[in-house]
Amino acid sequence: MTALATGWAGPARIRAHSRRLGDLIRQPVLVLSWIVVLIVIGWALFPSVFTDHSPFAGDTTASFVPPSAEHWFGTDRLGRDLFARSVYGARTTLTATLLAVLIAFGLGAVVGLSAGFAGGLVDTAIMRVVDVFLAIPSLLLAMVIVSVLGYSTNNIALAVGISSIASFARVMRAQVLTVVNQDYVRAAYGLGVGRLGVMVRHVVPNSLSSVIALAALEVGTGVLAVASLGFLGYGAPPPQPEWGLLVAEGRDYVAVHPWASILPGLALAVVVIATHRISTSLRKENR
Amino acid sequence: MLRYVALKVGRALFVVWAAFTVTFVLLFVLPANPVDLLFDPAEINAIPDEVKAQVAANYGFNKPVVLQYLDRFGHAVIGDFGNSVQSGKPVTRAILDVLPSTLVLASGALVLAVLIAFGIALVATATRRPWLRNLVEALPSGAVSVPVFLSGILVLQIFSFRLGWFPSFGDDGVRSLILPLITLAVPVAGPIAQLLVRSFGTELHSGYVTTSWAKGATRGSILVRDVFRNASLPALTIAGVTFGNLIAGSVITETVFARQGIGRMTQTAINTLDVPLVAGIVVLVAASFALINLVVDLICPVLDPRLRATLTTGGTA
Amino acid sequence: MSDPLLRITDLAVDYRTGRRDGTPAVRGVSLHVEPGEFVSLVGESGSGKTTLIQGALGLLPAAARIRSGSIEYSDVDVTGWNDRRMALVRGNYVGFIPQDPNASLNPVKKVGQQVVEAVRFNRPKGAPATHYRQAALESLRTAGLADAERVFGQYPHQLSGGMKQRALIAIALAGQPKIIVADEPTSALDVTVQKRILDHLAGLREQLGIGILLVTHDLGVALERSDRILVMQHGEIVEQGPVTRILTDATSEYTRRLLAAAPSRHAGRLQPTRTVRPDSSGAVVLRAAGLTKNYRDLRALDRADLIVREGTTHAIVGESGAGKSTLAGILAGFTNADAGSVQLHGRELTGLNRKQLREVRRDLQFVFQNPFTSLDPRFTVRKLIAEPLKAFGLPSDERVRDLLHDVALDETYLHRLPAQLSGGQRQRVAIARALALNPKVLILDEAVSALDVSVQAQILQLLVDLQAELGLSYAFVTHDLGVVRLIADDVTVMKDGRVVESGPVEQVFAAPAHEYTRQLLAAVPGADLVPAVQS
Repeated sequence: MTALATGWAGPARIRAHSRRLGDLIRQPVLVLSWIVVLIVIGWALFPSVFTDHSPFAGDTTASFVPPSAEHWFGTDRLGRDLFARSVYGARTTLTATLLAVLIAFGLGAVVGLSAGFAGGLVDTAIMRVVDVFLAIPSLLLAMVIVSVLGYSTNNIALAVGISSIASFARVMRAQVLTVVNQDYVRAAYGLGVGRLGVMVRHVVPNSLSSVIALAALEVGTGVLAVASLGFLGYGAPPPQPEWGLLVAEGRDYVAVHPWASILPGLALAVVVIATHRISTSLRKENR
Repeated sequence: MLRYVALKVGRALFVVWAAFTVTFVLLFVLPANPVDLLFDPAEINAIPDEVKAQVAANYGFNKPVVLQYLDRFGHAVIGDFGNSVQSGKPVTRAILDVLPSTLVLASGALVLAVLIAFGIALVATATRRPWLRNLVEALPSGAVSVPVFLSGILVLQIFSFRLGWFPSFGDDGVRSLILPLITLAVPVAGPIAQLLVRSFGTELHSGYVTTSWAKGATRGSILVRDVFRNASLPALTIAGVTFGNLIAGSVITETVFARQGIGRMTQTAINTLDVPLVAGIVVLVAASFALINLVVDLICPVLDPRLRATLTTGGTA
Repeated sequence: MSDPLLRITDLAVDYRTGRRDGTPAVRGVSLHVEPGEFVSLVGESGSGKTTLIQGALGLLPAAARIRSGSIEYSDVDVTGWNDRRMALVRGNYVGFIPQDPNASLNPVKKVGQQVVEAVRFNRPKGAPATHYRQAALESLRTAGLADAERVFGQYPHQLSGGMKQRALIAIALAGQPKIIVADEPTSALDVTVQKRILDHLAGLREQLGIGILLVTHDLGVALERSDRILVMQHGEIVEQGPVTRILTDATSEYTRRLLAAAPSRHAGRLQPTRTVRPDSSGAVVLRAAGLTKNYRDLRALDRADLIVREGTTHAIVGESGAGKSTLAGILAGFTNADAGSVQLHGRELTGLNRKQLREVRRDLQFVFQNPFTSLDPRFTVRKLIAEPLKAFGLPSDERVRDLLHDVALDETYLHRLPAQLSGGQRQRVAIARALALNPKVLILDEAVSALDVSVQAQILQLLVDLQAELGLSYAFVTHDLGVVRLIADDVTVMKDGRVVESGPVEQVFAAPAHEYTRQLLAAVPGADLVPAVQS
């Protein structure tokens, strides 16, 4: 309260901006995380800028070449450059993840908002259904959904998205319930604002922030889920590069040529760690 | 009190029933032609229609959906999920055969994960060195970020192939259990540790801790006597999530280490589209989840006198 | 006087924020407490009083650092001692009574066990367990819990706020300290409970000869109880001396302002400083009859009646659980009564549907207790005040400026967010918003309780001025009888959901008809000091 009471003077918005930049520079890990994420987005958008090798054409005489200046991640059994396959794989994996997060975030937010705002029987009914979907671990649910839809990267995205709707809905509902009981929402009703107005002007904007932080976290988790399903073989058919599949392909030779699975896997892990770090900073800012 | 128990039991039963229904819809109703799911996609066109019709009749697919549902539900209630397509064994039998192996792995990993999580939380809270606290607090998010299939392969590479301490594959004896155990425990420990670090931190700065300082308590005794119990209670609330992580983790772990178990069986069942087996597994998992949450709901009032009080005065949960 | 129990010399404490050097919270403060002395440290929020005593107990948060100065207990310099060494001083030598009894006991441990710990930490090791138990029971009795045996086996949530605070006093006494530091020990408690706790503390000083350092925001409490008072502002001591000297001859401007602002020190109602609208007829605008509300088994409101006359203020007073906020919620249409009626200008409000109720909002508005939660953090001041106008499709730009002016804020505030305003400014915005639709009646639910005394005085004056200018009628819910005297024409006293007494303020205060009203009046801190300064 003290800080709030004394911190108002001056052009506060400008100061807040410069402070944010200053804070960012003071957190090298966070800066590094942003750089990692930006590079990987670059991989997905313009893969040819980052590598001269083809992800598909290999030189069978040069199979399992260890990492070198020429082949950063080495080559696989068919002599294909694994770095190139990782770069091109970013597109497959990230597109699927983005789609999954959009599905989960969009539907989850709507379901959670309806439950929290409507309250009563509607709330109870929706939340019991959400309970059921929470009771089936999302990887298992995603596997079942993929098995019904058929194997493909798009279906993986759909499955991962659907299986995460429930957790988004739960977070959104909890947040909506907190906001609905705030004085400023009661105040708005007291001022004569209608239900729809209260929802659009107060409840939604104030509830979304924590769900957006969750969405940032879900990007990391989504990459993991997509890659896991790819690893298990439910994704794109083999010549296509996909991160989980890359690890799975290298796995049979791990005893002799460990880099073939470990380097693409590490690239994946670094990306997930970076997104987690970013989502943590988003959550802190919300507080 | 009785009302509370009845409400919670009812909710658990509902979840199991609904999970069965969802699975039924997903596997038997949604597919345009559920019979096709029973055959290998590559050979589907080579199979004569009479055979398909025969199989459909065997599985009851020619009956109206409602009848199929009631029939399957009736059998499921007494534990009969039909026969596995691949092995021909009853689903329940097939599951029970591999269940012990997964139980050993999962419970061992859970114990290890909880130990790791508490270790991290205690070190992060007890230390007065900022660099150590920052380092330890970063561990959980690292643990959840590294994919299980990667950590499994890394562990294999280092401890089995390089150092030769443990066997790489198979499921005989304790020595072959160690590596899968570690692989599975790490991602399961992550979320628990994140929660504990947070709640230990909150509780350490709460009012009653100030009271304890003022009593003349030392840091150690405050952590042990005051913070530990209050900060550990929230960990129970993510028991269900932890269970989900164990299941998801064992699917991958068992695949990487070629161990038999529920996880590996799930993967094979999905790969071979063994629909009855998949349905059985999903319902089993959902039932376990519901049971765990039920136990947590019933245990919490025992551990927290405040909850007990709201129950005995007749409040709803 | 050579050997004070606690002597703080020239203490300065900084808070580190980010990488920048610290903002000073306490600068160059010296104080001392002698054996058997009752010293009060008075200050508003942000004055640094809490930081000061945290420093004295060695309980500063990690971000704070002692930059200079020393802390001595009986001439033993403990400045910079680590936790292990301070543990020998805390409990043993200095006992501490915290601010919020509801958060300060471990919720999962029985009270007895928590007192036993306090005994065990501070007595020679190796005594039998029954010895500790006896000492703990003794301590609970000394703290005024007659039924010590029963409390010993109970959990904190089974005790009332006052009993919890007594349990905390027992914990503070358990180590047989020579001095007790109490940080706002009664600010979370009802006024009658506050009186009993303070009486008890004063008694303990006589009985045990210990020194007491009381930290409080309430000048009335300090004046009534202490031998000596220190006034703190912006991290510095601006005034110190014996109570009598401060009352008659305060040297610092700030102390004089605090004295003037203290509600208990005003003899009569505040006078408006703006033009008075002459045509206040005194007719009834709001009438509630037989209002009853149950929450499960609890009867929150029991056949309550209330009449608000035009252009006047009707105060509703009572302690927690009296049902006054429930009553306010029903009057404002937030809550439905189980029985009874509310009439505004003769129009029945109970049983209206949402649309009809919305129409009524133009005449009936509500101001919340906490200005930190009643304003949407994402809205600018302009959007906040314009919201009711927009809701009814009225033009807003000009009106918002006028309203800001009415509550004495200028146009530079239009584009600020609530986080950039002080508590008093926020409450001004909330009042401007409530006035936007030109209502006839305002329901104010503890509208000044969350504010510091000096800010509280300004807001009350604003309310009185607005009433005179616009002919408003107020239903003013408060727990503070001092505020009632300042602002109200009529008063209704409530207890346990019932109205125990109602009438004009002068009459009720001068000759209370009900025993409970008498108790409440007697419990107002500094109440008996009023005549001394009336001149």
